[in-house]
Amino acid sequence: MVELGLTPYLILGAFLFACGLLCIATKRNAVGILMGVELVLNAANVNFVACARYVPSFGLEGQVFALLVIVLAAGEAAVALAIILNFYNNHATVDVDKADELKG
Amino acid sequence: MSLDLILFTAIASATALSALTVVFSRNIVRSALWLLLTLIGVSLLYFLLGAEFVGATQLIVYVGGTMVLVVFGVMLTAQQQFLKIRTRPQEWLVGGILAGSLFVLLVNASLKMGEGKAPPPSEALPGAGQIGVGFLTTYLLPFEIISVHLLVVLIGAAYLARAKRKPKEAPSDG
Repeated sequence: MVELGLTPYLILGAFLFACGLLCIATKRNAVGILMGVELVLNAANVNFVACARYVPSFGLEGQVFALLVIVLAAGEAAVALAIILNFYNNHATVDVDKADELKG
Repeated sequence: MSLDLILFTAIASATALSALTVVFSRNIVRSALWLLLTLIGVSLLYFLLGAEFVGATQLIVYVGGTMVLVVFGVMLTAQQQFLKIRTRPQEWLVGGILAGSLFVLLVNASLKMGEGKAPPPSEALPGAGQIGVGFLTTYLLPFEIISVHLLVVLIGAAYLARAKRKPKEAPSDG
């Protein structure tokens, strides 16, 4: 009888984090980078909720922090998309390699 | 094999596959679709863990709100030359080494941390009522900070994304 424990959830969280990091590192489209950030935030949330379930006396805290992270992710997506739209209006592209005007 | 284990295996492998496809899809619209599936899978995992309120919030806020924003962003910035943005192989190499080594590190840490936590506790997670009471008593300060933060962020985003009229005699690119 194999029981489901904390470890599989943590490994899934690590996998989602690695995917998000790879997405951030390799996508050149700014919207794609935003998607990678969403993946990383979801990985953190999976860890929070799994620890809320399996670590004693962490039940309330884990869920509260997960909710705070969801709200922060919504705000982050709104601001990032506003910046991307501004960049697109000025440069007619969303390729982040073109955003090098501040390079010294 | 318990039912939990079977459900977890199915949902987790679907989520992981969707996340991989988000990374390796070259079309940004398809990436957005697979990201949607990933987020739905994560919310199903929350339901599986017994955190119904967090799962419902994930469905409403992420799948209903944030993904609509991302799809709007994709549509507003879509162009012909948009689809030709390619990643160089050396970027794939560096990013792959970085992500792979971090994954191995995190799996090591999770294997160490998960030891001895195998028997799941019998008591259920706090429900929506307890979370609400917690937000209005113990976690009142984070709740207030995050609500004001959300208001400020949304006003700022609306200000940044508004339609600008450039003056005709002195066109600025700011």
